[in-house]
Amino acid sequence: MSHILHRLQDRPHFLELAYRGSRRLLSPFKPWLKPGGWMERLLIGGEELSKGAIFGCRMCGQCVLHSTGMTCPMTCPKEMRNGPCGGVRLDGHCEVIPEMLCVWTQAWERSKRMPTYGGEFLRVLPTLDRRLSGSSAWINDFSGEIENIETSWRE
Amino acid sequence: MSPSSRLESVLRSGDFAVTAELNPRDSADPQVVYQQARILAEFSDAINTGDGSGANSHLSSLGMAALLARAGHEPVMQLGCRDRNRIALQGELLAAAALGVGNVLCLTGDGVQAGDQPDAKSVFDLDSMGLLRTARIMRGQGRFLSGRKIEIAPRWFLGAASNPFVPPYDFRPLRLQKKIEAGAEFIQTQYCFDVPRLRQFMARVRDMGLDERVFILVGVGPLRSLKSALWMREHVPGVVIPESIEKRLRGVPSDKQQEQGLQICVEIIQQVREIPGIKGVHVMAYRQEEWVGEIVERAGLLPRPKLAREPLVEEEAKHVSL
Repeated sequence: MSHILHRLQDRPHFLELAYRGSRRLLSPFKPWLKPGGWMERLLIGGEELSKGAIFGCRMCGQCVLHSTGMTCPMTCPKEMRNGPCGGVRLDGHCEVIPEMLCVWTQAWERSKRMPTYGGEFLRVLPTLDRRLSGSSAWINDFSGEIENIETSWRE
Repeated sequence: MSPSSRLESVLRSGDFAVTAELNPRDSADPQVVYQQARILAEFSDAINTGDGSGANSHLSSLGMAALLARAGHEPVMQLGCRDRNRIALQGELLAAAALGVGNVLCLTGDGVQAGDQPDAKSVFDLDSMGLLRTARIMRGQGRFLSGRKIEIAPRWFLGAASNPFVPPYDFRPLRLQKKIEAGAEFIQTQYCFDVPRLRQFMARVRDMGLDERVFILVGVGPLRSLKSALWMREHVPGVVIPESIEKRLRGVPSDKQQEQGLQICVEIIQQVREIPGIKGVHVMAYRQEEWVGEIVERAGLLPRPKLAREPLVEEEAKHVSL
């Protein structure tokens, strides 16, 4: 089952639509999407299950999948946030773990098949807030945490 | 006083710039740095100091850059994200400015697996893009990433690396664009042994107008022998040595390979210089710093523009206290 879910990553357009759909579905519940309550516990469980199986999600709490070719950048050994490092091998494999395909080369290819959010790949993404690790990315998105990170990053 | 960048002046004047890389040193004696710097300074406009090059411990980048600055040279301090978190990186950046280092090259860094201490913990709290933007915020807004104010804002010429020679090739120009948006003002590329690949990259870079927004210096260097070329290809992340180069080294007896390596390097510099949008070369002569002068001379890049201030002689440098 998890194998099948994992292969969903190669349907990036389907996934970006799923993301947009989920966002719309959740937005009426915004007043309840606050950190610390049962809603967060529920969402953490849901995120671990779904994003864990599909993307190998590491629960950084500040999901940027739609900006990174629906590919989790936390699975990159250097946790690059803005594209592949200069160590990618000629066969497209990772510098640090040679038997693994570079996460970012896959992310780039997938982003090209994402008409809705593909352009996001070119945006300079902010650094990670390590405090959010283990929390719900949906809650952080709707409660304004993500917007705070973006603001401190802007010049 | 915050330093200004002589490298920036050379590039802005339109001169084809030459930077060189100081070999990593494993010594507590600053003289090893001064001696090597003296050789390089004659043939270059600025000298890079590596930050834990190849994921090995060495005399630190800030330490070497500060020694160079004190001796009147023009350092480019390389700063990588592998070994420090954002608290240390910002402290290091500020210290660089305070010690007279006017150029910083922001890198992500090789993984620890590349060096002699693969048992170490990798940090990678930021990546090169995050470090660049952090430095620009410190300089432009006079604040740390946290928002806390810096009394006197630092001033550096900010650089980044680019590797046009590895996949995904079609993304490399876009990654360069992102680095410019994050704060890069100059670029030093990975070793170039594949000029046709560089031409393709630069064609796209020019189409996007990026060569007007950033100074691009191409990394070059002499291969000491066939053996060392094969070793580099295998062990140095991001270095691509095409078949054609390997063939040329194979085609000569081993005692002629060093000369062949030098010749290849000189030819690459000459070809690179013809590519529109390239503003200089960065010479990395690992353990062959004595050849940098000859390479630069044979490539027709001498004399270098006169320095604003002459480096102190070694005797004087000895007495410079930090």
